[in-house]
Amino acid sequence: MENEKLSLPNYNIPEDLEHVVAITTIDRLYNWGRRSSVWPLMFGLACCAIEMIAAQTARYDMARFGMEVMRPTPRQADMMLVSGTVTKKMLPAIIRLYNQMPEPKYVVAMGACASSGGPFKEGYNVVAGIDKFLPVDVYIPGCPPTPQALIAGMIKLQEKIDKQSIKKVRWYQKGREDANYVPMPILGPDLIDVRRNAEIKQAAAVKEGA
Amino acid sequence: MATPLTATVDLVARFPDSVSADARPGYTGFIVKKENLVEVATAIRDEFGYDLLTAVTGVDYLAENKMEVVYHAYKTTGGTGLIFKVQVDRVDPVEVPSLYDIWAGVDFQEREAYDLLGIRFTGHPDLRRILMWEGYDGHPLRKDWKEPFFEEEAKPFKSRWPDGQHTFAENKNPFRDNLSFPAGFDPEAYQPENEDDLYASLERFRSKGADDALKTDHIVVNMGPHHPSTHGVLRVAITLDGETITGLKPVMGYLHRNHDKIGERNTYLQIIPYTDRLDYFNSMSNNFGYVTTVEKLMKIPVAERAEYIRVIMAELSRIQNHLIFIGMLMNDLGTMYTPSLYAFEERELVLDIFEAVSGARMMCNYFRFGGVVRDIPDFALQKIKDLVYERLPSKTDEMERFLNENEVLVARLNGMHVLNAEDAIRYSVTGPVLRAAGVPYDLRRADPYSIYDRFDFDVAVRYNGDMMDNYLIRFDEIRQSLRILEQALKQMPEGPINSQKPQYQVRVPAGEAYGRIESPKGELGFYVVSNGKPNPYRYHVRPASFVNLQAVEKMCVGAKIADFVALLAMLDIVMGELDR
Repeated sequence: MENEKLSLPNYNIPEDLEHVVAITTIDRLYNWGRRSSVWPLMFGLACCAIEMIAAQTARYDMARFGMEVMRPTPRQADMMLVSGTVTKKMLPAIIRLYNQMPEPKYVVAMGACASSGGPFKEGYNVVAGIDKFLPVDVYIPGCPPTPQALIAGMIKLQEKIDKQSIKKVRWYQKGREDANYVPMPILGPDLIDVRRNAEIKQAAAVKEGA
Repeated sequence: MATPLTATVDLVARFPDSVSADARPGYTGFIVKKENLVEVATAIRDEFGYDLLTAVTGVDYLAENKMEVVYHAYKTTGGTGLIFKVQVDRVDPVEVPSLYDIWAGVDFQEREAYDLLGIRFTGHPDLRRILMWEGYDGHPLRKDWKEPFFEEEAKPFKSRWPDGQHTFAENKNPFRDNLSFPAGFDPEAYQPENEDDLYASLERFRSKGADDALKTDHIVVNMGPHHPSTHGVLRVAITLDGETITGLKPVMGYLHRNHDKIGERNTYLQIIPYTDRLDYFNSMSNNFGYVTTVEKLMKIPVAERAEYIRVIMAELSRIQNHLIFIGMLMNDLGTMYTPSLYAFEERELVLDIFEAVSGARMMCNYFRFGGVVRDIPDFALQKIKDLVYERLPSKTDEMERFLNENEVLVARLNGMHVLNAEDAIRYSVTGPVLRAAGVPYDLRRADPYSIYDRFDFDVAVRYNGDMMDNYLIRFDEIRQSLRILEQALKQMPEGPINSQKPQYQVRVPAGEAYGRIESPKGELGFYVVSNGKPNPYRYHVRPASFVNLQAVEKMCVGAKIADFVALLAMLDIVMGELDR
């Protein structure tokens, strides 16, 4: 209980109980638990995944931050590390994995491709950034980011978790069920984002008229 | 031993009516009439002995209104290849006879040409799209097909240069996104294509018991694209009889990053960093293959010191690739983490060297036409020497001592059949898997490039073709690479590191070239067609992983599902290269 982040400083605890009792808020307690065991989804897309593996190995040892438990199933994961180029063909699988993750769930876009499409942005099969579909918490620049950069990004995520309040986080809000669920895109003549159906129909009609 | 630049076979004399020499300036090989393709190809394999068909690709000659399919055939005994081509009119449906019955190794490559160029290979047993999904609009590598973010035919784009007053590609697209739909498309009424064709292509298990026996049915299992053991985003559809695999089809394209199309827009120099991201474990090898090919077209020499630096980097890359292979194989077999942590420890030391010479750990972007971009700093050279002479040999011994006689490992790997030599050649498998099946085919010896003919080394070869041999051959190759490195470090002369001046735009004469190197995973080939402009007309990568994967069905049918992951690991695939 000596963790200063947990105990609130302005309560006087009797001396003999100092190491046994902590007085704190529910937010602090939740955040303390969450930030200390962010379990990433074991999920590699491209080159960045190799640096993600390197960050787990002896030299960089991400386990120091409580993030070493890679979970292959989304049901046990807290954080999706989008490590690589998101292609249109892969996107439905990524969305499905995200939808299957229980909250709290965080998304980290690792590298240029996941953040914006990166060097492959102009490619016909490339989604220019995962943030077009998923709410991204932290972007990590680099192509690929070094393990140090990845760990710096993870620490940023922990800082973000520290500031959260269960009253305000999007996944506990009434009427914000959409925050936990992203509608599945469809692979058609091109990637169909079903939230933009009306826009697609209109643009296709304009094209026909032209 | 210098090998002749062109094949010595005279196909025209053998087939005067159906074959003519390719007389276009800068081109080599033979043009075969479409009607006689199967007959000529059979003769090439059976009479002339070109048993290994490595590369098949299409080229869209829009101005001449032709589609061309280019085949590169080689002998597994070594030597230069035979290039033959078929030209057909560019009128849909574009049809070329499939050579699947002659070389099964054309399977995926013909499917790729169908997917990206719309060339239909008649007689192909399973002609489906391979990289894009069924229902995708158009064939992207056709020259008249434009991607949604299309700006201009060639870089540098005017919108980004020279004043820096750029406009975003999004602003030019009606969706402000990387999307394009055919006119009049209605997303609400759209029915996505189902995957019946994929499942129909699988070998179905039917109950073969007697009439009174229990009737059983097949089970279809889909592994991936999110699966921790498929080495990336590969998906495999498998049919099972109990636990035995009866049919298997890989489904890929989940990391298709449009390497070829982007490459055709890029200038020659701009492609080098993209090749880094093909096989992202071995950016040095990829650079090597690409610059070798373009140097062939440009007909420029390579600086002597740079040749040695290239070999040193490529062999270091091979060592760290094989270390990862061994570590990841152990992961796949269930010894989670400990061996791979040891492997990664050594890999980090190699990456330190890459970072010291190029500035990046993984994406080195280190080679240039005529040489390399900068010299090896003295401290890095000392690091290389320490690694090569001291650390890596002892660490390899250590890993072998700890792993090779492990009882569980031996029980799991020994006698577990992977591929025999005939099947490996038939499916165009190259690299360690072919050599573990007893075929001593290593491009560093079979068709030497760069300065590999100066070094004294053995081609690692093993003869059983089982998993144990496939595993041990990686250690053999590490030792041979160390031998090459020792000699290269001793022989490396002082001098300039590039035969050319540093330049942003290179002049590449019109013509075609196919360059290939022995990458750690097999033959890595680049097929480049130049029309004299600053960017390539056609740029095609022949990746080792993609072609080797063709044999996966042959390898796995009859094995248990539990061994699938280990068998797949033997091929050492990497998705960046497989899907491009």
